[in-house]
Amino acid sequence: MSNGARSVTEVHRNGNIMAQEKLLEGYVGFANLPNQVYRKSVKRGFEFTLMVVGESGLGKSTLINSLFLTDLYSPEYPGPSHRIKKTVQVEQSKVLVKEGGVQLLLTIVDTPGFGDAVDNSNCWQPVIDHIDSKFEDYLNSESRVNRRQMPDNRVHCCLYFIAPSGHGLKPLDIEFMKRLHEKVNIIPLIAKADTMTPEECQQFKKQIMREITEHKIQIYEFPETNDEEENKMVKKIKDRLPLAVVGSNTIIVVNEKRVRGRQYPWGVAEVENGEHCDFTILRNMLIRTHMQDLKDVTNNVHYENYRSRKLAAVTYNGVDNNKNKGPMTKSPLAQMEEERREHVTKMEKMEMEMEQVFEMKVKEKIQKLKDSELELQRRHEQMKKNLEAQHKELEEKRRQLEDEKHNWEAQQRVLEQQKLDASRTLEKNKKKKIF
Amino acid sequence: WPRVPGLGHSGSGSTLLGYIGIDTIIEQMRKKTMKAGFDFNIMIVGHSGLGKSTLVNTLFKSQVSRWSSGWGGEHKIPKTVEIKAVSHVIEEGGVKMKLTVIDTPGFGDQINNENCWDPISKYINEQYEKFLKEEVNIARKKRIPDTRVHCCLYFISPTGHSLRQLDIEFMKHLSRVVNIIPVIAKSDTMTPDEKNEFKHRVRKELETHGIEYYPQNEFDDDMEDKNENDKIREAMPFAVVGSDKEFQVNGKRVLGRKTAWGVVEVENPNHCEFALLRDFLIRSHLQDLKEVTHNIHYETYRARRLNDNGGLHPISANNTQESNL
Repeated sequence: MSNGARSVTEVHRNGNIMAQEKLLEGYVGFANLPNQVYRKSVKRGFEFTLMVVGESGLGKSTLINSLFLTDLYSPEYPGPSHRIKKTVQVEQSKVLVKEGGVQLLLTIVDTPGFGDAVDNSNCWQPVIDHIDSKFEDYLNSESRVNRRQMPDNRVHCCLYFIAPSGHGLKPLDIEFMKRLHEKVNIIPLIAKADTMTPEECQQFKKQIMREITEHKIQIYEFPETNDEEENKMVKKIKDRLPLAVVGSNTIIVVNEKRVRGRQYPWGVAEVENGEHCDFTILRNMLIRTHMQDLKDVTNNVHYENYRSRKLAAVTYNGVDNNKNKGPMTKSPLAQMEEERREHVTKMEKMEMEMEQVFEMKVKEKIQKLKDSELELQRRHEQMKKNLEAQHKELEEKRRQLEDEKHNWEAQQRVLEQQKLDASRTLEKNKKKKIF
Repeated sequence: WPRVPGLGHSGSGSTLLGYIGIDTIIEQMRKKTMKAGFDFNIMIVGHSGLGKSTLVNTLFKSQVSRWSSGWGGEHKIPKTVEIKAVSHVIEEGGVKMKLTVIDTPGFGDQINNENCWDPISKYINEQYEKFLKEEVNIARKKRIPDTRVHCCLYFISPTGHSLRQLDIEFMKHLSRVVNIIPVIAKSDTMTPDEKNEFKHRVRKELETHGIEYYPQNEFDDDMEDKNENDKIREAMPFAVVGSDKEFQVNGKRVLGRKTAWGVVEVENPNHCEFALLRDFLIRSHLQDLKEVTHNIHYETYRARRLNDNGGLHPISANNTQESNL
């Protein structure tokens, strides 16, 4: 029974399931799937976060206004460049744009004060902190139990404005891009491109691309597709990198057409004219063709890098190594291995130490016991001597006593004798008297 | 009294009764100076990419910047501020000028630009020191070679907003030591309205920070000078564009920059103020720049040096203690 529904055969090969392509015999209807996805996404609406970085006075606010054809920064709410700041700040503005039934929640992240001070060391730190904090928010909301609301505030794209010096990149540009190319999609732009003639512009672009490859900076890469047409367009864009843009808030009439442009005494520089600058390319690329790809790369590459680094640091030892400063240069697995080895060596060392301590204690104890033994012996001897001495004394005394006894007895005998004599004499006397 | 024609009776301010020829002294001076020639030393300061070398080439209509003298093609940013002086002798109308362009690559290009003006002020003071030593010498030369910096062109980046912190710091530190002339570089970036607004804002900021740029208010000699200088001060800082390429415009060959929407003419006063700067710098105030440097900045330095030491001791060239600003 052939029902046109079955169009995939499962073939087991080496335990892997490979799907063979099969021709359909009738109209099934899943070709409608993209429409369903489309309808759902339209209902949900889109989010996009764009970050603009560059020194003040490079026309960032004007370009944003031109890109999205709204006055995000207007005289009532002037752009950050018009406000005076002492340190680099990171400011967010949100705008809801609707077109053709599709809703876009656009967040613009601006960095006023970047590169404006005399000493600009570490002016990229607030930017890095902001990007990391957005990643962290997303990570936390992903790990929560209740995941209904997952607002995506991660920075999807960073437009870096290069000053049109005509020479090359400044040390600040190189430093910044080196530190951020692994965290966010960087699209370098040449600001105020109407400063340069076409030849100077070409020269400058070549110089910049050379320096970018020299310093191994990874800017956003346009993906190759299967479509020939698209590939041609992508190649055209790649040839014109970095894009030289001009922005304008004013509308000028040129040849009875109303165009956005800048009026000079020697002519009008049109923003949307492909021969004057690369603005249209930027707009098409950013909004019309590659917005989704930017979001995907942010999600799949930059966010995953952040996530694996963060989680690897926390899991081992249960100790939060995130408190330590310093970049993680190894993959999570190698990191774990090394930590285990460290742990083992630490344990061994501790064991050895304990044994040593133990031995020392035992020796001490033995010594103490010996000492006390000697002490006891000594006392024993002492006491024996005392005893003998006393013994002798006693003997002496006894002898004395004996002697005295003898004497006394002798005396007693003498006395007795005397008494006897005395009584005899008396008797004699008595007898004599009688007579 | 023998009657001498031309002499009246009163002493000073007397009316001359005939032609003596005192005014020929001007002609005599002119001949002498033409024979001797001039020295002019100009320093250009600003971070890289502002078109300093191009502007100097345009000003003196010849390849006088360091790039043109074979310094090598690479525009690598040096790690510290260097001072590179290049001298050329140019001649016009019988007048010879020894022009020295002092470039300062590396200024303001690093990430940390603290005290990047120190090498510059050291250099300026060293030149004053050299001149002072020569002057104080017992057997001194007839014409002391003058390497002192007569003028410092400071290039402001055309952001359109305001002065950068570095600009203010530099000018604060150096406006008392050398004549600073601020110029707005690459002014073809701005439309006329933006230009006016920017100039206005820059002037206000310079005033707020008490930065006296050339021509300084305090050195105006008389009313005529003051009026002239006031007009110039109102128009400063000049918004300039430099170019050494020529293009055809309306049948004329002009110096300019060709863009896709038109040609920026360097000497057209509607396009930029290069012509004003050139006239001011070279055609009217060149000698005044030298005089202010000699009479005021140099004398200040000299007085300070002599007071500090109570006399002049021989100093080594590396002694930076003297350049306390």
